[in-house]
Amino acid sequence: MNASVPIKHTQAESDLFNRFERAKDALPGSVAVAALREAALNQVREKGLPHRRVEEYKYSDLRAFLKSAAPLADVADISAARAVLVAQDTFGELDRYKVVLANGIYLEDLSDAAALASEGATVTNMSDALAGEHSAQLLGSPKAGPNDGVIALNTAFVQGGVVIEVKAGATLSKPVELVHVATSTGAQVTRNKIVLGKGAKLRLLESFVGDTGEGELNAVFDYDVADNSSLAATRLIVGRTDAARLLTTIAKVGAQAELKSLGFVAGMRFSRNQQFVEFKGENSEAKIYGVTMAGGDDLADQTLIVDHAVPNCNSREFFKTVLDGRAKGVYQGRINVAQHAQKTDGEMMTQALLLSEEAEMANKPELEIFADDVICAHGATSGQIDEDLLFYLRARGIPEDEAKTLLVLAFLSEAIEEYGEDNVTEGLEARVRGWLAGH
Amino acid sequence: MLEIKNLHARVADEDTEILRGVNLTVNTGEVHAIMGPNGSGKSTLSYILAGRDSYEVTEGEVLFNGENMLEMAPDERAAAGMFLAFQYPIEIPGVATMEFLKTAMNAQRKARGEDVLSIPDFMRRVKAAAAHLNVSMDMLKRPLNVGFSGGEKKRAEILQMSLLEPKLCVLDETDSGLDIDALRIVSEGVNKLRSPERAMVVITHYQRLLDHIVPDVVHVLSKGRIVKTGDKSLALELEEKGYADYIDTAA
Ligand SMILES: Nc1ncnc2c1ncn2[C@@H]1O[C@H](COP(=O)(O)OP(=O)(O)OP(=O)(O)O)[C@@H](O)[C@H]1O
Ligand SMILES: [Mg+2]
Repeated sequence: MNASVPIKHTQAESDLFNRFERAKDALPGSVAVAALREAALNQVREKGLPHRRVEEYKYSDLRAFLKSAAPLADVADISAARAVLVAQDTFGELDRYKVVLANGIYLEDLSDAAALASEGATVTNMSDALAGEHSAQLLGSPKAGPNDGVIALNTAFVQGGVVIEVKAGATLSKPVELVHVATSTGAQVTRNKIVLGKGAKLRLLESFVGDTGEGELNAVFDYDVADNSSLAATRLIVGRTDAARLLTTIAKVGAQAELKSLGFVAGMRFSRNQQFVEFKGENSEAKIYGVTMAGGDDLADQTLIVDHAVPNCNSREFFKTVLDGRAKGVYQGRINVAQHAQKTDGEMMTQALLLSEEAEMANKPELEIFADDVICAHGATSGQIDEDLLFYLRARGIPEDEAKTLLVLAFLSEAIEEYGEDNVTEGLEARVRGWLAGH
Repeated sequence: MLEIKNLHARVADEDTEILRGVNLTVNTGEVHAIMGPNGSGKSTLSYILAGRDSYEVTEGEVLFNGENMLEMAPDERAAAGMFLAFQYPIEIPGVATMEFLKTAMNAQRKARGEDVLSIPDFMRRVKAAAAHLNVSMDMLKRPLNVGFSGGEKKRAEILQMSLLEPKLCVLDETDSGLDIDALRIVSEGVNKLRSPERAMVVITHYQRLLDHIVPDVVHVLSKGRIVKTGDKSLALELEEKGYADYIDTAA
C-alpha cells in the first residue's frame, strides 16, 4: 500500500486549502469546532475530494468534476437578499413561514422567527450555536458514513445555518421553508439541525435555486425526529447553475415516529443528494422519495442508506429518474437490517426513464439483511418511453411533444403523488413540465 | 373520403408482406364492413391508417380527402378527422382520463385553428356522451383505461370517438368483449355518429354487430387482399358458410 505517499492535489483541492487559510479566522465556532474543521480539511488533504475509486462515489466523481473551487460567498447585503428572496420562485404562492439563509448565513430580519416562536418553534443561528456549549456535537457524522467526503467538506467550511426546534406536541399551522438565497456567486456551506420534540409535527420545505457560480453549495441537514413526531421534508434543488449541489440528510427517527421526504432535482449540472436514515425506536416509518430530471451533461446522484437498527419499522424508498441528452443518473440505495431488527418491512424501488440513446442510469439498490423475520424487497427498472402508449396518445390527436410530456409526468407523478404532500404536488408537476419544455 | 390503392405493407424490418395489394374506396356517408379470418391483416390495415410506424408501406397509396395520408403524423391524421377504435385499447397509468380527453380534444381543435373548449363546455360534453354510452363518471376519474374491463375499454373508445367527432371512424372489433346490452348501447352510439359527412369502416367477425350497424358495403379480407365485396347479404352468407370459399381464391 502506498497510503503514506501524499496524493497530488488537484486545482480544486489547492483552491480549497487556500480558501480555508483565508477564511478560517472568520468562520464561526468554538475552539473545539475549529479543531473539527482542521481535522476535516486534513481528511481532504490526505484522501482528496471524493472520487470514483471511493465506493460511495463510484458513479459521481466529484474530484474529476470540480475544476476549481471559488472562495466562500461574501456576507450578503440585507436589501440585496430581500430583493432576491422576493424575485426567486421556490414554492410559488404556497402559504408558509420562511427561514432565510443568505449566502450561507442566517438572516433573522428576513425570517419569520417571531411567528414561528408563537407557534412553538424556535430558530437559533447556527453561527451562535457553533460558538456555544456542546458545539462540537452539532457537527456529527452518520454511523453509516463516518468518513463521508462531502460531509467533511461541510464541516471544514460551514459558514452558518440554523437550528429549528419544534417543542413537544406542537403542530405548526403552516409549512416552514428553509430558503437558501444567493446574492452573489461563491460557495455556500451550511449546516442545519431540525429538532422535533415528542409528538411534534412539521412540514419542512428546503429550497436551493440560486446561482452560486463556481462555488459549490454544500448543505447538511440533521433531522431529529423524536418519539411520536412526524416530519415531512420537501427538498427542491432546481434553478440554473453550473456549480455542484451537495446535499446531505442525517436523520434519526425515534419510536412511533414518521419521516417522509422528497428530494426533487431538476437540471443540475452536478448534484448529489445523499441521505442517511437511522431508526432509533420501534414502530416507526420512513418514506423516502426521489424525483430527478437531468439532461445535457448533467449528473444527478441520489444516494440513500436506511438503517433498520431496531425491530418493527417500515421503510419505503421510491425513486424516479428521467434522463435526456448525455445525462447520467445515479441511484445507490441500501437498506440495512440489523440482526435483532425483526419484523422489518422495507421496500425499495428505483425506476428510470431514458429519453435519449446516450443517457445513462446507474441503478444500485441493495439489501443487507442480518435478521431472519423480515419482509424486504427491492427492484430497479430502466427503459424508454413505451411506443405503444405514445402511439395511442398521438392517434387521439395529441402531438408528440405533448404526448411525451404526459407520459413523463405520469411516470414522475407516481412518486410525487405517493409522497402525498398535496400542497406541493401541483407546483412540482408544473416544474416537471417546465423542465421538459426548457431543458 | 378514403382511397386505398394497391397497398402493400409489412412489419418494419421483416420480409413477410401482411398487406398484399389492398384496394378500397370509402365514400362520404358510407359504412363499410371488413370481415376476414384471423391474421388476414385487418388490424394491420387499421394501424396503418392511424399511422403506426412499426409497419412499413412498401407500395401503394392512401388518400384521405384527397391528401396523401401516409405522409401525415398520427396526430395530424387525428386532427384531420381519422379515428381508430383499437381492438385492444391500451392502459396508461398515471394519465387521468379526463385530462387525456381534454388534452386530445383541445389538441385537435388547436391543430384545426379552433378555440379551445372552456372547462364547463368540456364537462358538459363529456357528461352527455358518458350518459349515452352508459359510462359512469367514476370510471372517468380513473387513469386512462386502467383497470377497465374488456367491455368498458371498448365503450371508452366509443366515448372518445363521440367526443372527438371524427370524419372517418375505423372500428376494429369493437363488438368483441361486449355483452348483449353493451353491444346495443355501443351500436346506438356509433349510429348516432352516422351522417352524410362521415364515413365508417367497421371491422368485425360477427354478423350480429351488422344487424345494429347496417353496412352499405361488406368486404372480405383474406391473406392481405380484399377477395370479395358485396352488400350486407354477404355478411349473412359468411355467417352461414364461413370463409372456406374465399380463402381458396386468395391462395
Ligand atoms: N408487429 C408484428 N410483428 C409480427 N407479425 C405481425 C405484427 N403485426 C401483425 N403481424 C402478423 O400479421 C398478420 C396480420 O395480423 P392482424 O393483426 O392484422 O390480423 P387481423 O386480421 O386483425 O386478425 P384478428 O382477426 O385475429 O384480429 C398476422 O399473421 C400477424 O401475426
Ligand atoms: Mg385484428
